[in-house]
Amino acid sequence: MCTTCGCAAGETRIEGQALEHADEHVHADGTVHAHAHHHHGEHDHHHDHGPAYRPVRGTDHLHYGHGPAGAHVPGMSQARMVKIEQDILSKNNAYAAQNRRWFDEHGVFALNFVSSPGSGKTTLLVRTIEALKSTSRLAVIEGDQQTSFDAERIRATGVRALQINTGKGCHLDAHMVGHALGQLGPEDESVLLIENVGNLVCPSAFDLGEAHKVVILSVTEGEDKPLKYPDMFRAASLMLLNKCDLLPHLSFDVERAIEYAKRVNPGLLVIRTSSATGEGFDAWLTWIADGLAGQSARRSQSMELLRSRIAGLEAQLAALKA
Amino acid sequence: MHEMSLAEGVLQIVEDVAQRDGFSRVTAVRLEIGRLSSIEPEALRFCFEAVVRGSVADGARLEIVDTPGAGWCLHCSETVAIGALYDPCPQCGGYQVQPTGGTEMRVLDLEVA
Repeated sequence: MCTTCGCAAGETRIEGQALEHADEHVHADGTVHAHAHHHHGEHDHHHDHGPAYRPVRGTDHLHYGHGPAGAHVPGMSQARMVKIEQDILSKNNAYAAQNRRWFDEHGVFALNFVSSPGSGKTTLLVRTIEALKSTSRLAVIEGDQQTSFDAERIRATGVRALQINTGKGCHLDAHMVGHALGQLGPEDESVLLIENVGNLVCPSAFDLGEAHKVVILSVTEGEDKPLKYPDMFRAASLMLLNKCDLLPHLSFDVERAIEYAKRVNPGLLVIRTSSATGEGFDAWLTWIADGLAGQSARRSQSMELLRSRIAGLEAQLAALKA
Repeated sequence: MHEMSLAEGVLQIVEDVAQRDGFSRVTAVRLEIGRLSSIEPEALRFCFEAVVRGSVADGARLEIVDTPGAGWCLHCSETVAIGALYDPCPQCGGYQVQPTGGTEMRVLDLEVA
């Protein structure tokens, strides 16, 4: 069963390349596979794959599923309690922490875009990219259940984009993004825009290692959505209230929508945007630029720290030799 | 539908511990699910039964400890009880409440045989 969604045969793909179980298994269509685990990619993204979560590329599936149910060691006969106290999302969170560390080391400012389907995420990304591409290094990860339409729209801007298809899965997870990083290889001190699957529920729980979740609410939706789907508005740092050019034609109450969103998340920043007119883009692009500058500074700091530690160690070594 | 992923997460934790500690059967799994977490306990229960089939936890009893929601009201400067992320402070009626409890989703312990 696929970890992402519980489907019998995982359908997750990265650009047509697939992850599979390392052990032999039978797909719903009767195909039997037996693959070894192999990573591609040009950067040093490492993570520890447990036997139960092992992806493999190079065939027509990207499959996140069970490994062997476990080498069960018989012997314990008496009932006993085993204390665990572990977060259910600990596995995802560990992958997310690895992604975040990689982003910090490389000065990559990663944003996770979440919203309902149809809020205008991709159009907003395209306009954002057009505005930034002459001054900033950019890369995009697109998440959808099926098709690579969105990645193709992004590539038309000249910016590199990688499509992840989650198959029946309802969200991206940190493991998929880790693999996508291996293939995409974002440049140092760049902005990475991750467009999650259009879904206002599930992606809220899955940290991808991003600096911020950016939730997009379009004015063609109801202003009560922040109350209907509070988890996502709680998880986000910034809300883009999008398609504002349509406001004259709608009865959408902007102030009420913002008030509802702030009820759920008092610290939420809000920018009103329109990809059609460019409204709000100055504030939005400034917010990105500030984030990137912060991330670059963090990288220089950590490199500075590393250099001073190396210098310290070399001094100790010299002292020992003397 | 992410309850299915979360149920798989629970099973992964159980299987990792089973391998580490060397036991062959889990008879009960106890979870702590806060009221402000993004988990619907009944959906999780349904998914759990499905994912543990054939595993070390096949047929295991699922116990869910429900943690009430709590938040820090910036206005009142104290911890107050809240039932949902969008609930106002029961004392001042304001929405400047930061959730501090009830967001847990943890595997607490296992009963193993």
